[in-house]
Amino acid sequence: MRRRAAVGGHTYEFPTLVELMARATPLRSGDVLAGCAARSAAERVAAQTLLADLPLATFLDEQVVGYDEDDVTRLVLDTHDADAFAPVASLTVGEFRDRLLAWTAAGDEAAISALAPGLTPEMVAATSKLMRTADLVAVGRRTRVVTGLRSTIGLPGRLASRLQPNHPTDDPVGVTASILDGLLHGSGDAVIGINPATDSPARTVALLELVDAVISRYEIPTQSCVLAHVTTTLRALEQGAPVDLVFQSVAGTQEANRGFGVTLDLLAEARAGVLALGRGTVGDNVTYFETGQGSALSAGAHLGVGGRPVDQQTLEARAYAVARHFEPLLVNTVVGFIGPEYLYDGKQVVRAGLEDHFCGKLLGLPMGVDVCYTNHAEVDGDDTDTLTLLLGAAGCSFVIAVPGADDVMLHYQSLSFSDVLTARQVLGLRPAPEFEAWLARMDLLDDAGRVRELAPDAPAARVLLAAATP
Amino acid sequence: MSLVGEDPWAVLRSATRARVALGRAGDALPTHRELEFRAAHAAARDAVHSPLDVDALRAALTGEVLTVASAAPDRATYLQRPDLGRQLAEGLALPRAGADLAVVLADGLSPRAVHEHGPGLLAALRERLGGWSLAPLVVATQARVALGDAVGEALGVRAVVVLIGERPGLSSADSLGVYLTWDPRPGRVDSERNCVSNVRPPHGLSYAQAADTVTALLTAARELGASGVALKDEGPALPSG
Repeated sequence: MRRRAAVGGHTYEFPTLVELMARATPLRSGDVLAGCAARSAAERVAAQTLLADLPLATFLDEQVVGYDEDDVTRLVLDTHDADAFAPVASLTVGEFRDRLLAWTAAGDEAAISALAPGLTPEMVAATSKLMRTADLVAVGRRTRVVTGLRSTIGLPGRLASRLQPNHPTDDPVGVTASILDGLLHGSGDAVIGINPATDSPARTVALLELVDAVISRYEIPTQSCVLAHVTTTLRALEQGAPVDLVFQSVAGTQEANRGFGVTLDLLAEARAGVLALGRGTVGDNVTYFETGQGSALSAGAHLGVGGRPVDQQTLEARAYAVARHFEPLLVNTVVGFIGPEYLYDGKQVVRAGLEDHFCGKLLGLPMGVDVCYTNHAEVDGDDTDTLTLLLGAAGCSFVIAVPGADDVMLHYQSLSFSDVLTARQVLGLRPAPEFEAWLARMDLLDDAGRVRELAPDAPAARVLLAAATP
Repeated sequence: MSLVGEDPWAVLRSATRARVALGRAGDALPTHRELEFRAAHAAARDAVHSPLDVDALRAALTGEVLTVASAAPDRATYLQRPDLGRQLAEGLALPRAGADLAVVLADGLSPRAVHEHGPGLLAALRERLGGWSLAPLVVATQARVALGDAVGEALGVRAVVVLIGERPGLSSADSLGVYLTWDPRPGRVDSERNCVSNVRPPHGLSYAQAADTVTALLTAARELGASGVALKDEGPALPSG
């Protein structure tokens, strides 16, 4: 449907919902590259003005990506829960933003968190486009999503971390060294998750057994994951490997998921296989998904109704609809990984990280963020500090940490273990409760509950370092 | 591996190139570790942003050299618009070369890599390409790999080899990549190319190793009349590009 609005004496026209969503999006390089960004600041505000007056229910009738040609759209609409939607069904997008902020100010977590099954990705994406940084932080903080397997993720006052011990050749001693360094810094409560250097079933099984042995040896209340393709994880399952979590990268269109070699049926099969192992102690969430703005565009799979380019933030929110269908333990956006042609600088990366966290949480996901950057983006450690502290304030479920912020396998920079300690200290956040109790048992916490700096000859250090002995 | 010794953290450090056991200043990193990291990041940043010195590069090369620019007018545009880096600047014309093969030296994401390793790798390649007639050498700025397709088509060659600065990592700011495309023309996709990555002596591939592989690939591509995944099965194992 064609829509018009006047700003500053000019009238701007948006032929379809696809353009309206794209032009209303805060500036980012990926939308410029796709040719769907607002062509002026005034046009952006005109689109936001129209979006604010759009009834939320419009998104149930008018699609951004077509129902007949896209299984993500079908999943969203076919599973939409009208009862959960009822409290906000009569609101416009702008009124919905106001309502969320009112519930937030009143501390009404229950009202916000109960909406998830009634919300679609396009609804939350549209709402985020009207929000400023503080809005995204405030509402994110009041949206509660709690999941569990052997640790509990998403409780108030907690910030978990994925310990990412990647190694260029998957060398077992090298991987073990990075795991121990992370554990000594209190990281790893979300997952100990390795990106393998090659996607081979044998390698995946070997890494799964390695991490499982460390977890078993020290009785660590956490889970392992080798972030291989879902088909590789299925092979590992057939071989009887100790699989805690099914991992997969997912995106917001059927075509982009096809590019990842993934179908919804394949994900369901793998999830069922891991569930049958019954490896959880505090919950049974057994999937883990990664996403990131720009992934659909980079696969040339970003077109919506009428072949029009869809903005990358709306497509990102659609990826969350795929993830939530499989009741994940963890989901994170990899916010600065894909490069400056999608998110150019620190301002764009910070904004995208907060949008992704907000949209994921509102849709009911245990949302985390890989706060990261590449060397050709205009981003540095100051920007990652800013985003990390804002995410901590926003109640982010978990962040990712690697030794010294330097991933020597994927060649990008994420957070360091120290960055996680700093965020917890500054914001008064603690690790997942089961993991915190383990840290205490291992004598790794001081009297104030902080992760202690150990002398090399401290008993706790010696116990853990013993694992580095093959 | 043993824990007996002065510094048990050395056990961790010796096990991996990852930045483990850095120590702490409260919850943060100690100053000297922070500065080590900044120095590595600065080297990578400078490698991306220091422009290719075309005159200096030409002086280090022999034979006829043509210079081209992509449609990306500056570095900031280049980084945000990879599509422009794949097209020749408007109005730019190249002469038909009447040759088999064109070699393009492209700045890519690390002009420094081209300065440090371009002339050396090119010399090693020329020693091995006796059976090929070569078009004039092309130096390209603000260039992506696929700019070689436009260059190759304009020159009318059967194959193009692009030597290009790779995205700098924290510990490797000067890595050169080589991309081979048979029958180059705009619209070729990455699966139709072969890549030799990490040319960076003494830490990465030597010039001789890289030139041997590229020459073997070129010979195989000429026999097959194609490059890319079709060729990959019969050639040496290559990293993806």
